[in-house]
Amino acid sequence: MSQGDLLHVVTADDISAGRRLFGRAIVWGSALIVALVAAAQTLQQTGVADFGFQTWRPVLYAYILWAACLCWSQVLIRGEQGKRTLFVLPAALFVISLTVFPLLFGLIIAFSSWNLSSPLGRQFNGLDNVRQMWSDPFYWNALRNMVWYSLAIIVEYAVAFGLALLLNAEIRARKFFRVAFLLPLMLSPVAVSWMIGKSMLEIRFGPIARLARWLGWDNPSFFGSPEIARFTIMVLDAWTFIPFMMIMILAGLQAIPKELNEAARVDGAGPWKSFWEITFPLMLPVSITAVMIRFIFKLKLADIVINLTAGGPGGATDTVTSFIFREYRDRSNVGYGTLLAMVYLVIVIVATTVLMKLADRFARPRT
Amino acid sequence: MSDATHGDRNSDFSASAWQTAGKAAIYILLIAWTIVCLFPIYWTITTSFKTAPNVMQGALIPWADYTPTWLGWRSLGLSPDSIGAESTVRSEFLKRALNSSVASLASSLLAVILGSLAAYGLSRFSYKFGYMRNSDILFFFLSQLILPPVVLALPFLVLYKQLALLDTRIGLVLLYTLTVLPIVIWIMRDQFESIPTELEEAALVDGLSIWGAFFSVILPIALPGMIAAFILSLVLTWNEYFFAALLTSTHANTLPVMVASQTGSQGISWWSMAALSFAAILPLIVIGVALERYLIKGMTAGAVK
Repeated sequence: MSQGDLLHVVTADDISAGRRLFGRAIVWGSALIVALVAAAQTLQQTGVADFGFQTWRPVLYAYILWAACLCWSQVLIRGEQGKRTLFVLPAALFVISLTVFPLLFGLIIAFSSWNLSSPLGRQFNGLDNVRQMWSDPFYWNALRNMVWYSLAIIVEYAVAFGLALLLNAEIRARKFFRVAFLLPLMLSPVAVSWMIGKSMLEIRFGPIARLARWLGWDNPSFFGSPEIARFTIMVLDAWTFIPFMMIMILAGLQAIPKELNEAARVDGAGPWKSFWEITFPLMLPVSITAVMIRFIFKLKLADIVINLTAGGPGGATDTVTSFIFREYRDRSNVGYGTLLAMVYLVIVIVATTVLMKLADRFARPRT
Repeated sequence: MSDATHGDRNSDFSASAWQTAGKAAIYILLIAWTIVCLFPIYWTITTSFKTAPNVMQGALIPWADYTPTWLGWRSLGLSPDSIGAESTVRSEFLKRALNSSVASLASSLLAVILGSLAAYGLSRFSYKFGYMRNSDILFFFLSQLILPPVVLALPFLVLYKQLALLDTRIGLVLLYTLTVLPIVIWIMRDQFESIPTELEEAALVDGLSIWGAFFSVILPIALPGMIAAFILSLVLTWNEYFFAALLTSTHANTLPVMVASQTGSQGISWWSMAALSFAAILPLIVIGVALERYLIKGMTAGAVK
């Protein structure tokens, strides 16, 4: 990214001292209002005084006022430069207030015992949650499952690449096939888990179970044993997300100049060789983007598991997200669940960074 | 000489035979995968018209294997004979559908507005917020994509409870906007970078302000990209289940939550579940078929340079 402005505009701003002062005044003034409202709220919460607040809503309104004043003051104080800042500032404020605050708040919750249904409220309990996590086999099991689920991406990638090659071939009705292949991505995972998981895989009369019996599997049970259940979840998830990788790879394939493959054919390379020598290396950057995005989506996998197996049998299909979801819903323990989520976040950040570094090295053109 | 041409014709023949075989293989594979993709949808539609014995027999083809009835749709209150009558299930369904529409449309719109502005700013000007420069700011936005929803879920649950935003549409809209914002910024940055800066420079010389140039010159050009980002956000937010299941209960819950809550409760009435599932996925099937071009544009943004 370049450091200088791409748009060179010379603007003469003469901003009066009064305007500048007004700009500062509204920011600090509204900040003061936030502080006052928050202080009043805290006083009420601790029982010192009663201001008649039902909820923390007033603080929220004051905060929104402050954010608006901050944006306005940018223009007041800095003129043309401020107008430029105004492009990014709303989005930045939005993201900061919706992630940074909850994350900091989450850090506090993570080290406390907080059962939302108990009247005791939040109680700081130090490292108890960490200790509990350390000896919680189900959490480690869920993390191990995530590794399995992530490894399935390799197979999904191969299938997606194959489908993209098919769509890129000289075929009729390409648009029809493309729309048909894209449709699974449109379907909500919850509906998919019913449509396929509950209905089509029904042991007695689901069409897939019938097919399996016809193929010679006497007693098809798709969620019976741990391995098969995990495999079924993998297949369902792959079914919905293969179109996504396929479309990205297809776009990459279409960007490859036709002359390259023709030149290879003239030089006497067969299709197999020209794929591995030309197409595949050229597709590496796109492939890595597709796999990384797929990996990020895979880390969120939960809907299908929650609705189909609830983690069973014996936690074999649990993902971290579905495990924490149940942990909260069954025991309504916010503190422990948040700690697990925070640990997961750290693992995810480390894993993605390592993967990105590896991908970077792998994708660098071989000389 | 003649031998050579003869040999050529021979290899031509075998080559064309191979080519035909290859073509056939390609079509067979294509059709096979089409069946894999479409059969579940077909199965859901047909099941919604079946009765219990039809389901048990595993009937596949309507009219040939079984006589379609409006059983599933009647239980939803959407069949021809029940559409005029009062139906609690239908009003429930419509309420959920309305919640889903409001949440997904509003959050996609908000994300496209915020995200386009930010992406435009980042593609045109150089910023310095403290130590953060453009690339850092962009990374800050895109890194939200890695954040697993489960990390935010429980803190949000507690915060929303304090702010009385639990089980409200506004609460859902805010969170959904947050989840799709990085994707919108990713798509829109790609879009804006492909627009030459000379266009704005000309507009600025003509006396427009930066914002004026953005709205009157850039926005019309970037509109297809914005539609693509909007459609992709719509798909993601319409299907969202995790946050909706955690943060809503009776007032604001969305269609996926309704579908999920039906599965266990009333025994299994296949036909009504099929009708409900199909009604829940129908809007997106329509979008997918009609606006496929934009979806693909959105998904491939930034993938190919």
